[in-house]
Amino acid sequence: MLATVAGAVSAKAETKTVLDTTRMQGAPVSAYGVRSRFETVVRKLIGARYPSASGSFTPLAELDGVITPSALHYERHHGGVPEIDPGQHKLLVHGLVARERVFSMSDLRRFPATSRLLFLECSGNGWREWTGAGADNVAETHGLTSCSEWSGVSLATVLNECGLEPGATWLVAEGADGAAMTRSIPLDKCLDDVILAYAQNGEALRPAQGYPLRLIVPGWEGSISVKWVRRLKITDTPYYTREETSKYTDLLADGSAREFSFVMEAKSVITQPSGTQQLKGHGYHEIRGLAWSGRGRVTRVEVTTDNGASWRDAELISPALPLCHVRFRLPWHWHGEATAIASRCTDETGYVQPTRAALRALRGDESFYHYNAIQTWRIAADGQVSNA
Amino acid sequence: MLKHTLLVAGFLLLVGAAQAESLYGLGRAPTEQEIAAWDIAVGPAGEELPAGAGDVARGSSLFAMHCAACHGASGHEGPDDRLVGGHGSLNSSAPKKTIGSFWPYATTVFDYIRRAMPFPAPGSLSNDDVYALTAYLLHKNAVVVENFVANRESLPAVVMPNRDGFVIDPRPETFDQALTAP
Repeated sequence: MLATVAGAVSAKAETKTVLDTTRMQGAPVSAYGVRSRFETVVRKLIGARYPSASGSFTPLAELDGVITPSALHYERHHGGVPEIDPGQHKLLVHGLVARERVFSMSDLRRFPATSRLLFLECSGNGWREWTGAGADNVAETHGLTSCSEWSGVSLATVLNECGLEPGATWLVAEGADGAAMTRSIPLDKCLDDVILAYAQNGEALRPAQGYPLRLIVPGWEGSISVKWVRRLKITDTPYYTREETSKYTDLLADGSAREFSFVMEAKSVITQPSGTQQLKGHGYHEIRGLAWSGRGRVTRVEVTTDNGASWRDAELISPALPLCHVRFRLPWHWHGEATAIASRCTDETGYVQPTRAALRALRGDESFYHYNAIQTWRIAADGQVSNA
Repeated sequence: MLKHTLLVAGFLLLVGAAQAESLYGLGRAPTEQEIAAWDIAVGPAGEELPAGAGDVARGSSLFAMHCAACHGASGHEGPDDRLVGGHGSLNSSAPKKTIGSFWPYATTVFDYIRRAMPFPAPGSLSNDDVYALTAYLLHKNAVVVENFVANRESLPAVVMPNRDGFVIDPRPETFDQALTAP
């Protein structure tokens, strides 16, 4: 009855009347939540001939805080998303260990658990920006980074359970996907802070994020956090797999290429206002953005609103955790002048985010990976924002 | 205090023993068959290479059947990754990172084809087929002679043209201060 009355009212004056949600019962409880039908933000897909060997961008401009919703975490798959029954999934640990082992998912969940908020960034993030403004918007310039709470068991715990043998220096991790994605990881890193993760943001991993088990290698290029991981071979050498030779190496101008370039260096970007957005009127605007560093804690973010003539410290929103997206903000009054805005961050090692020109001077134009230069957005007099 | 000290000492003993023996008693020993079925990653030493062999001629017909649609009739036309050519191009403004111009180890060619190709049906080729395709691609890149036969002995011995083309990651770098303002 109530619903009928409300329906009649909205039908009579649908452009003026706001539905009075206090005059009716809302939707019932539900077993698994979905977002409001008014929320439509999605990942932009990277166009490719083979959609299973492609990627998708996190819509950074439309998100708040530092946690990326699991459904909007960026994707990069090399052989599609496998459908794996966790009851059948096995992790084989073998090679230079005293006790070779097969662990079921239930075995892994019995180990002491750990959780950590960590960013994960594809080393190809920003590949179109090397020689000048590439993509239009911040999703496509920077959206191959996301941030989650990852839960699982410390890889060191599992390796110690198997007993490392003398001479063990590397670990070869292999996925159960159609690419059997394989990367070599120095054992020191594995024993330091790597997680065998089975959960993301409080629930089981999404299939696109490696369900039921993946590596999370904090601060290092995303491709080494092998998804759907089924095998860890402990070795005394890296294996020079295709993904660490033909791909994920950084070609320099002299024709040599950097190998095993793991760390994602300090980077920041203004997400609001950013490319393709339109400033809505003169006056107060809050500049918002994200900063992160694979070497630890972001200690400072500076912002220019006058095309680099002066820089002001932005506020870092607490908690500004190491190896995690950090949200920054700065109040700004815009008076209608054409200008350019940018952010640059510093991490706890003293590393300062470089300019594009400084990066290109050292690495040339064909490096493709590990682009972390300062991102400048041009503001036109009419308030239109574009990539500079 | 003494009790506390003893507890700490006991804990340290336990941690020290973790390397030597299982602390949690979780998991089970794999069977040899389980390991053999999954132990497919082939390093530069080639220890994991299987029995079998393949030659250039056989690889040529297999390439036409399974690979040419994506990589081009001669391996350099595309539309997908160029596998052939590009020699001497790495320091140019249009570098071509092919097997012959860029890949440091021949074992990686076998490893990658076996695990991930052909794209619509990864893992569907026999070891002999993978050896033959590897031989063909190495020959097309002028790395081996036409009568080369790829097998577990010959592949690790192949010296790729760009084997010494890779350098250790030197980061963090020192940037030119004159270029640090946007």
